[in-house]
Amino acid sequence: MVPLSAYVAVSAVLFMTGLLGVLIRRNFIIVLMAVEIMLNAANINLVAFSHHLESMAGQLVALFIIAIAAGEAAVGLAIIIVVFRGKISTNVDEMNLLKW
Amino acid sequence: MVPVFFAYFALVSVAAGVLTVALKNPVHCGLALLALLLHVSGLFVLLNAEFLWAVQVIVYAGAILVLYLFVLMLLNLKTDERYFHPSYLYFLAPAALGSLYILFQLMRSPFGGAKGDAPVVAVLQDGDTVAVGIKMFGDYLLQFEIVGVFLLGAIIGAIVLAKTPKTLDEERKA
Repeated sequence: MVPLSAYVAVSAVLFMTGLLGVLIRRNFIIVLMAVEIMLNAANINLVAFSHHLESMAGQLVALFIIAIAAGEAAVGLAIIIVVFRGKISTNVDEMNLLKW
Repeated sequence: MVPVFFAYFALVSVAAGVLTVALKNPVHCGLALLALLLHVSGLFVLLNAEFLWAVQVIVYAGAILVLYLFVLMLLNLKTDERYFHPSYLYFLAPAALGSLYILFQLMRSPFGGAKGDAPVVAVLQDGDTVAVGIKMFGDYLLQFEIVGVFLLGAIIGAIVLAKTPKTLDEERKA
């Protein structure tokens, strides 16, 4: 039997990895991928606690998180395409205008 | 047997997460993210959440990741020479210290709490999909509808954003 704290530890390490990726990577697409890593870490946490506390609520919220992640990926990638068409760059340091 | 599988899934998902953040070529990052998603779905199976496993494989690995790879190849990105933030070493040390502190706190927590209404035996008897379905279309029906409207809005927003804009001449004609 794997203790709950092991799952929570994996989730914490993954979340830190994703947070670090958002902070240090400069490519917008990789930043979005790092956000997906963080959402997955949250999902592991929710499902682990759902199993531990014998309640389905955690799994339901994890499902909703997956749906939100799908919407976030679609809109984020559309924004990337628009920015790329205008400035030919996906570097987040060079995106400092709301309109051009 | 479960601890062995847990160790495998946990180690590979953490390694794939680090590779996703650290690799240079964006397409390699996407493939590392694929490995991460599949191994996280393995963790879901160990937690008796087969429905979430299927959703993770179909939606995450099947749809979202393909979207990422499609955009990567559509834009045909060149690998940047300087692809990290210039002062990323200043982020690295606080992040390592912060995760060590959080891990220390997590490892000594007892994680008590009141048990819910879905004991493992009952869930295993009918299967996870039945339990999720009854809960989702019972207590969580409103949230389910909200997510549906949200996804519709996201689709429309993505189409409107990524549509090729008309040139000025075409707008004058219209």
